[in-house]
Amino acid sequence: MNPEDVKLPDDIDSELVVDGPTTFPVDRRDFVKLTATGLLVLVAIDRTGAIAAPQGRGGGYPTDINAYVHVGADGRVTCLVGKIEMGQGAMMALPLLLAEELDVAPASVDVVMGDTDLCPWDMGTFGSLSVRQFGPTLRQAAAEARAALVEMAAERLQVPASRLATKDGVVFDTADATKKIAYARLTEGKRIERTLTNKPAVKSPAAFTVVGKSVPRRDALDKVTGQAKYAGDIVPPGGALHARILRPPAHGATLASVDTSAAEKIAGVKVIRDGDTIAVLHEHRDEADTALALVKAQWTRNDPPFDDVTMFDHFLKAAPPPQTSGQGGNVADGEKLAAEVVERTYYDSYVAHAPMEPHAAVAAVEDGKVTVWAGTQTPFPLKNQIMQALRLPAEKVRVITPYVGGGFGGKSGSRQGVEAARLAMLAGKPVRVQWSREEEFFYDTFRPAAVIKIRSGMDGAKKLVLWDYLVYCAGDRGAAHFYDIPNHRTLTRGSWGGGGGAGAAGLHPFAIGPWRAPGANTNAFARESHIDELAAKAGLDPVEFRLKNLKDPRMVRVVNAVAQKFGWTPKAAPSRRGVGIACGIDAGTYVALMAEVAVDSTTGRVQVKRVACAQEMGVVVNPEGALCQIEGCITMGLGYTLSEEVHFKGGQVLDTNFDSYELPRFSQVPKIDVVILDAKDIPAQGGGEPAIVPMGAVVANAIFDATGARLYRMPMTPARVKAALAKT
Amino acid sequence: MRPVSFTLNGKPTRVTVDENRPLLWVLRDDLGLTGTKFGCGEGHCGSCTVLVNNEAVRSCAMSIGDVAGKKVTTIEGLAAGGRLNAVQDAFVRHTAFQCGYCTPGMILGAYALLLKNPRATRAEIVSQMDTHLCRCGAHVRIVQAVETAAAAMKGGTR
Ligand code: FES
Ligand code: FES
Repeated sequence: MNPEDVKLPDDIDSELVVDGPTTFPVDRRDFVKLTATGLLVLVAIDRTGAIAAPQGRGGGYPTDINAYVHVGADGRVTCLVGKIEMGQGAMMALPLLLAEELDVAPASVDVVMGDTDLCPWDMGTFGSLSVRQFGPTLRQAAAEARAALVEMAAERLQVPASRLATKDGVVFDTADATKKIAYARLTEGKRIERTLTNKPAVKSPAAFTVVGKSVPRRDALDKVTGQAKYAGDIVPPGGALHARILRPPAHGATLASVDTSAAEKIAGVKVIRDGDTIAVLHEHRDEADTALALVKAQWTRNDPPFDDVTMFDHFLKAAPPPQTSGQGGNVADGEKLAAEVVERTYYDSYVAHAPMEPHAAVAAVEDGKVTVWAGTQTPFPLKNQIMQALRLPAEKVRVITPYVGGGFGGKSGSRQGVEAARLAMLAGKPVRVQWSREEEFFYDTFRPAAVIKIRSGMDGAKKLVLWDYLVYCAGDRGAAHFYDIPNHRTLTRGSWGGGGGAGAAGLHPFAIGPWRAPGANTNAFARESHIDELAAKAGLDPVEFRLKNLKDPRMVRVVNAVAQKFGWTPKAAPSRRGVGIACGIDAGTYVALMAEVAVDSTTGRVQVKRVACAQEMGVVVNPEGALCQIEGCITMGLGYTLSEEVHFKGGQVLDTNFDSYELPRFSQVPKIDVVILDAKDIPAQGGGEPAIVPMGAVVANAIFDATGARLYRMPMTPARVKAALAKT
Repeated sequence: MRPVSFTLNGKPTRVTVDENRPLLWVLRDDLGLTGTKFGCGEGHCGSCTVLVNNEAVRSCAMSIGDVAGKKVTTIEGLAAGGRLNAVQDAFVRHTAFQCGYCTPGMILGAYALLLKNPRATRAEIVSQMDTHLCRCGAHVRIVQAVETAAAAMKGGTR
């Protein structure tokens, strides 16, 4: 049985689709080739031959609608986007937006993503921006395409455009339903060449017919049958050699000497040396591994003088000068008004992205043009990097992004794509670079460890009057508070990006970078822990205390909604029930979480039993997709909260695999209850990150409620919980 | 190098390789079955899970020589007669994946459990799956999917 011939059961549409047809492409095989192996031009030339991504971009979305949408002669519509699919569901949400504005059935839309030769330029898939920021561009393009098709129909049907309407890919006369013409007949598969005199408006949310209804995943069949291709799975014609690259033992180390003679003796091994880059190539991965182990290298170390214990002292000394990211009133006045000034310091550790798919890329060179299939969040920037590294013009580099096996910000950097391209050039053969788990930890751009100092105060009426916030190394995303405080200041020293010698010289021993809601998790942990501590000092229920000090109606709404979902009964902490609340704003979305925990006082182990979430994210494009993201955020968030931290000594990353670096597991996952609030009057906001933001704080607050012990450092490992319990 | 014969997804298969090579890379590199994923290479994540005589094993930690004469099933061999098997079907219905990279290993790990114990309780499912990692956090849905698959398999559906 050829797995490609497997079909979904007949009944599955009705179960999964709320009010709408399936969106699995009609011709699955075509589609697999479109997205997975990039053989689009060979396979689908009849349908998409007219597609050509505008050349020479380098910034800004193209204005030509044909860059985003193509109506084939067969009626299939292709949605072209520079975004990539890494599990977050952009592959579902973006075609829905296009289908909505173009008035075609979602099932008739195919999608091509992350191919620099075919798709419109895009800076990358991160920041929960696909729907929020790129969405309006795509909708506008689709609305213009629809308007152009209506004009073309008006001429063909000899009916004034004002009398025409569109539905399911057909333009029809509202006065005479027999007068109609399909989009496919208007385009005949060609580009839409028409200058519109008036820019059409996009639909108002009230007019939506497909947006807001759940659709099943387009990638389901591929992913459950093993047919989904990730970068490392791509086999170019003639096959590819696996390349293993010699890596330093620590960041900052330089190669002193190397001996590859033993490796060269292995049958089928090819050794490549290019400056300090040493790579061993073999048809089989495991034999390349064996060869690499035989390479003898001496290194000169140049380690920074701190480790995962002494790093906080280092940050306090080495962080760049403060920048004010928010201010109001005067903190000196606040101090005077405060009945007591409360000062606390919070700490967070380095955290890895650890996607299950390590960075991988396959590169092949044909007629001087290099094609790189890469697991990347940034195909267009990667293309630029390859052009620079190999001194190639734009038309000689193509990056194709197959399915990406998780990113979370970690695949914004795609050094493996440049490595594969360079080695393929040098080897004169296609090359596959697939990082080991150790390389994945070594070159990860970690979420930075950080320190946050807060000084606060409330008056006799338990109203906040002072908020003085200073964050080291986590940056300003989510640093601003949203409480009603007359005197406040937010200072930032060092951002979440850059690192290792580059950005803030010497602040971090390795690269740091965006990690699912960069910096916001750390900032929310400090802010929401601190607010909770003030509530306890005030002797007030933490929800009541928050509402007393909140004006923002969107925040008030999610706090009330989560309390209802969770079944919160007010009581000042510590109530010994083990319940807590925390909230946040991220990517334009408002979110509040409540959690219930059990703390084992003997072992220090924390079990999160349930989490409730209320989220208001404006218009929800694909509710089922949004739900998956929220559940994923809560589950992933357990890791940085309870167990994940990078151990290092100088430039050496001590974690090399999942034995010491502990990801959340099934036995730790709580019951999750989610309510997504209706907010049709607010444009679609981000959905991939917000719900992870309050996880650290909600658990810390629930631990306090359970035990009276306050944790100031993440992750809240059993040892740290025990130490905190000992102090109570 | 010596010939190793085994049954792969129902077909008699013979490869002539160094018998110490990991099953994972023989499947991927020599046999072109890329549905079996590399996640950690050291037995920690479960992405590379396949069935050997219906038991879930980590193919990164098993050598090809050890499957001689045995029955190997990979994710590509699970659907039969054009139909998804009960676990695959349940994963689709519950959207029990995001990026999908852990999915082949999850499906095979769960299937092995249900073959042995079709009445597996939620606690048994959680304990069996606990050594399978999913970074996207699809856990809640995976457990629901395995429960649905268990119900279907008990009822006699494949
Ligand atoms: S790759 Fe085999 S267990 Fe992770
Ligand atoms: S779905 Fe991405 S790792 Fe499980």
